[in-house]
Amino acid sequence: MGKRESASLTAHRSTGARWWVLPLLFAVLLVLSVLALAVGPYPLSPGDAIAMIFRSVSGGETAGSREGTVLFAIRLPRVIAALTVGGALAAAGAAYQGMFRNPLVSPDILGVSSGAGLGAVLGIFLSLPVLAIQGMAFLGGIAAVSLVTAIAAAVRNRDALLILVLAGVVVGALAGAATSLLKVLADPYDQLPAITFWLLGSLAAMQAEDILAAAPLVIAAMLPLALLRWRINVLAMGDEEAKSLGVDAGRLRIAVVGCATLMTAAVVSISGVVGWVGLVIPHVARMIVGPNFATLLPASILLGAGYMVIVDTLARTIATVEVPLGILTAIIGAPVFIWLLARGRRSWA
Amino acid sequence: MKLEARALAFGYPGKPVGRGVDLSLGPGDVLCLLGPNGAGKTTLFKTMLGLLPPQGGEVRIGGTPLGRLKRREIARRVAYIPQAHTPPFPFAVRDVVLMGRTAHLRPFESPGRADREAAGRALDLLGIGALADADYTRISGGQRQLALIARALAQETPLLIMDEPTASLDFGNQALVLREVRRLVGKGFGLVISTHNPDHAFACATRVALLHDGGVMAAGAPADVLTPDHMLRMYGVTVTIERLADGRTVCAPALGGI
Repeated sequence: MGKRESASLTAHRSTGARWWVLPLLFAVLLVLSVLALAVGPYPLSPGDAIAMIFRSVSGGETAGSREGTVLFAIRLPRVIAALTVGGALAAAGAAYQGMFRNPLVSPDILGVSSGAGLGAVLGIFLSLPVLAIQGMAFLGGIAAVSLVTAIAAAVRNRDALLILVLAGVVVGALAGAATSLLKVLADPYDQLPAITFWLLGSLAAMQAEDILAAAPLVIAAMLPLALLRWRINVLAMGDEEAKSLGVDAGRLRIAVVGCATLMTAAVVSISGVVGWVGLVIPHVARMIVGPNFATLLPASILLGAGYMVIVDTLARTIATVEVPLGILTAIIGAPVFIWLLARGRRSWA
Repeated sequence: MKLEARALAFGYPGKPVGRGVDLSLGPGDVLCLLGPNGAGKTTLFKTMLGLLPPQGGEVRIGGTPLGRLKRREIARRVAYIPQAHTPPFPFAVRDVVLMGRTAHLRPFESPGRADREAAGRALDLLGIGALADADYTRISGGQRQLALIARALAQETPLLIMDEPTASLDFGNQALVLREVRRLVGKGFGLVISTHNPDHAFACATRVALLHDGGVMAAGAPADVLTPDHMLRMYGVTVTIERLADGRTVCAPALGGI
């Protein structure tokens, strides 16, 4: 009897304490990154790649050689960008899901990505500098998420999840239409290729400056999320309960949504619109480590970064031409999303 | 620490629910609130917790009007035990109880060892220590209710507001909660409890208030307030109130034909 009871308790045992998965995920991410540096039309051995990086870090001579150019000018920026973009999108997705108490929301579903994309495209259209394009992307993202939230709040007393998702679809479609208009108006030789490239998502032309423009924003937005990790958990219980537990729910929500949107906009402004990562990865992370944001956030970052490194490596190696990232993440993400839907609401985990 | 409502009108803007409510609660008091479905018990509680602004009058905690206290300050004085519900994510029961410690943490702080110990004590007190690592979403409704009570105990407030704490509990767990209520009163806590069961009011209340037709119909000692006349007016049910040989009082409804 006692044995049966303890067995049934173990069966329902929470995934909350699996923090030990994190170092494991980190190790996998390191291995993936080194492999990604080695793979490509000009093959390098993983050992050589590591040796060259160490030599460079210790101030040794690396420039000039062909291997050096491939590694430092092409692959390393790309891999670092993939890590940043994947980690940021997944972290933003995890934050949005906690904020909206809804495992189906993500930067794409909430229209943040398309809003940020529209802002960035407008920035390109107006020939603004990179920093201003990032600012436009942020404003576009904030405008989109505010609009979606406002619509969902106005159509209360219905299925909140459905309204939120539909509002995201509507706002995303509106942003898409505006983007298309800008494409029609854009200079077909100069601006249009840049715009098209953005909308499909790619890390192909990634340079150190791009990463230096986005990474500080990502880190600045990640820090509050990491610091507020406990309160973000409490907010998942609902506004009224969070307030009765001493959390200023309104201000916290604005701070967290602001950070997640800033992060999304920062990476969208260098990688273009890369969908699905922010939806699927936090889900997978929650299955592995449970919903506690203290472990969910790092797990989402590590998984998102690893996923993006794999996808970007595929994007540049599976065909002779570069496959846009957004296409690959959709091909992988859509079936996973359908599977998540089919699993039903009861087992969100 | 005293919780007082003075000439309180509560409800939503443009949709008043009740008015003229005067309540006062101090250490060792158990105020049982009875009223038919829709009488506004939950709305009154939300107003007393500062989750809804008063539509008139005021609520004071320790003499200070609620509006002048920060969320954190309110949460260190009054804990709320809502009716059990299911959150969208499968937090461990231990983490849900730990959330009760939030008001004692700095904004960027996570619960530490002392908080974990407080949560563990609260879980053990309610006899659900074995569920600490289970998913909160997968335990029964009654167990969830016990976990929410444990969370309120972990909050370590002198005042507790319980919204129908026994509603989803089986007979045994109802008794467990009533025992816990009595124990808390003995330790000097002040409690406000809404219930549909007059027996529970007889079992643990020091005072009873009846919420009916947008106001307090009667308030006072249980024996004075829970009368067949009041029950008939409030619920439309004829009842017999009997004093048992051991001093307990029970209320039994008369069903037609019996």
